[in-house]
Amino acid sequence: MLITCPYCGPRDVVEFTYQGDGNRERPQPASQDLDAWNAYVYDRLNPAGDHNEIWQHSGGCRAHLRVVRNTLTHEILSTAFARGGHKSAGHKAGGNQ
Amino acid sequence: MAEYSAFSLLKNALNGNKDWKPAWRKPDPKASYDVIVIGGGGHGLSTAYYLAKEHGITNVAVLEKGWLGSGNVGRNTTAVRSNYLLPQNTRFYEHSMKLWENLSHDLNYNVMFSQRGCLNLAHTPAQLDDYARRGNAMRHLGVDAELMTVNQIKRLVPALDVSGSARFPVLGGLMQPRAGTARHDAVAWGYARGADRRGVDIIENCEVTGFLRDGDQVIGVTTTRGDIRARKVALAVAGSTGHVMQLAGISHMPIESHVLQAFVSESLKPIVDTVLTFGMGHFYISQSDKGGLVYGGDLDGYNSYAQRGSLPIVDEVMSEMLALFPGLARVRMLRSWGGLCDMTMDGSPIITTGPLPGMYLNCGWCYGGFKATPASGWCFAWTIAKDEPHEFNAPFTLDRFYRGLIIDDKGQGANPRLH
Ligand SMILES: Cc1cc2nc3c(=O)[nH]c(=O)nc-3n(C[C@H](O)[C@H](O)[C@H](O)COP(=O)(O)OP(=O)(O)OC[C@H]3O[C@@H](n4cnc5c(N)ncnc54)[C@H](O)[C@@H]3O)c2cc1C
Ligand SMILES: [Zn+2]
Repeated sequence: MLITCPYCGPRDVVEFTYQGDGNRERPQPASQDLDAWNAYVYDRLNPAGDHNEIWQHSGGCRAHLRVVRNTLTHEILSTAFARGGHKSAGHKAGGNQ
Repeated sequence: MAEYSAFSLLKNALNGNKDWKPAWRKPDPKASYDVIVIGGGGHGLSTAYYLAKEHGITNVAVLEKGWLGSGNVGRNTTAVRSNYLLPQNTRFYEHSMKLWENLSHDLNYNVMFSQRGCLNLAHTPAQLDDYARRGNAMRHLGVDAELMTVNQIKRLVPALDVSGSARFPVLGGLMQPRAGTARHDAVAWGYARGADRRGVDIIENCEVTGFLRDGDQVIGVTTTRGDIRARKVALAVAGSTGHVMQLAGISHMPIESHVLQAFVSESLKPIVDTVLTFGMGHFYISQSDKGGLVYGGDLDGYNSYAQRGSLPIVDEVMSEMLALFPGLARVRMLRSWGGLCDMTMDGSPIITTGPLPGMYLNCGWCYGGFKATPASGWCFAWTIAKDEPHEFNAPFTLDRFYRGLIIDDKGQGANPRLH
């Protein structure tokens, strides 16, 4: 599997560290909403299809990336920096079958 | 009901094997059942078997989307052990071990359970201390465990490099002598035959595509072979849990599906007479009765529903094997394959009533659920029959994550790929 890092270009998957479901919303640090914290720590979307997920290019530039990948075919549909603007697109992909 | 006996073998040998019956029937689905079990893997079949045998509930269907045993029950590396650290796990897996020890007899089917032992190698003094602690925890609960010295290990596995110049020198190990392996296909077939003979309908090529509901209550399933109603619907779909729960409208679970690969080499004379695990990475190996080395390592490490693996793990597993057995460098690999594992956030399973009324859930086996097959079905059948858990599965709830009662044997936290 090749992941295209926006800085470094296409690189082998072994350079990256997987950080899972990219739809999780981290509560504000001072939040005392237990349900929100539990959901953030333990709950995952686990679709058989397009999945919106976070990877770190830990063996390269170390940037965190938002990747939309198909969990049935391992095809990568999009890659972008995790910070900035791509969350909503990802949300839609994550909910797809 | 000893269908297989010295007498029946002899009789069939003399009449050209004409009297053997198929191991299970191929019935069409009925309109309704008392219990539907989704998933014809080891756990679904053992659940149906114990529902019939222990609780007299025989109006049961097992629905399998492929052919029987096409999931993990036929894809695993067959290691059976109960060498856990935490008491909840130890009690559950030791119950399983006791069922294994009598399984061929109980099923009248030879599952080739072979108690060749399971040895975890230690490569640092701290690791050896840790294994001593684990061994003590096991013995405290009545499970067998022995620390082994390097010399004992050398005698047991002569092919292993235990020299000081090994890449990761071996300092000792923890052995569970009663652990071992079983013939995985035979486990599925034996349970299937036992359930079938007690009246359970095993329906293959029948994929569950949705759930019939009356308000919140689950009252049946939609399938590729039509709608089927049931008072109770039980899930045992292992790696497909996330997907099937989504069909029931539950999109978030404390689960990720990952792929685990396994490998078999060409046949060799016996060189590994136990199940052996490497302490400095993730690698384990045993030798099948045909002589092939059966081995595996880490998950691929990212969500996957593809029953095939990727090359980086092949590379990693082979290099870990050579760190232990430099002499195997020229042995050829015959086959590799992948299976779907439902990895939970604490590495332990879930066997529970709910989460919807009328539904029962058995999942979260990660990549260690083959050894659990008998106890999983036994406890799940109890839970389905009585609408409450047995004490062996009472800790394995779905809400333990939210109640702070996680069962994290490895202490890895909520990171499925590390369990
Ligand atoms: C490579 C590998 C090695 C392993 N090694 C070991 C080991 O050495 N020791 C050990 O203890 N464990 C091991 N495991 C783990 C173990 O195999 C599993 O935890 C266990 O087999 C899972 O339970 P099961 O047998 O019921 O699952 P499965 O056999 O996967 O059964 C689930 C069934 O559900 C069916 N299904 C899914 N969706 C639907 C649907 N919508 N409708 C109908 N049917 C459906 C599937 O087709 C499948 O047959 C290994 C796993 C793998 C992949
Ligand atoms: Zn980069």
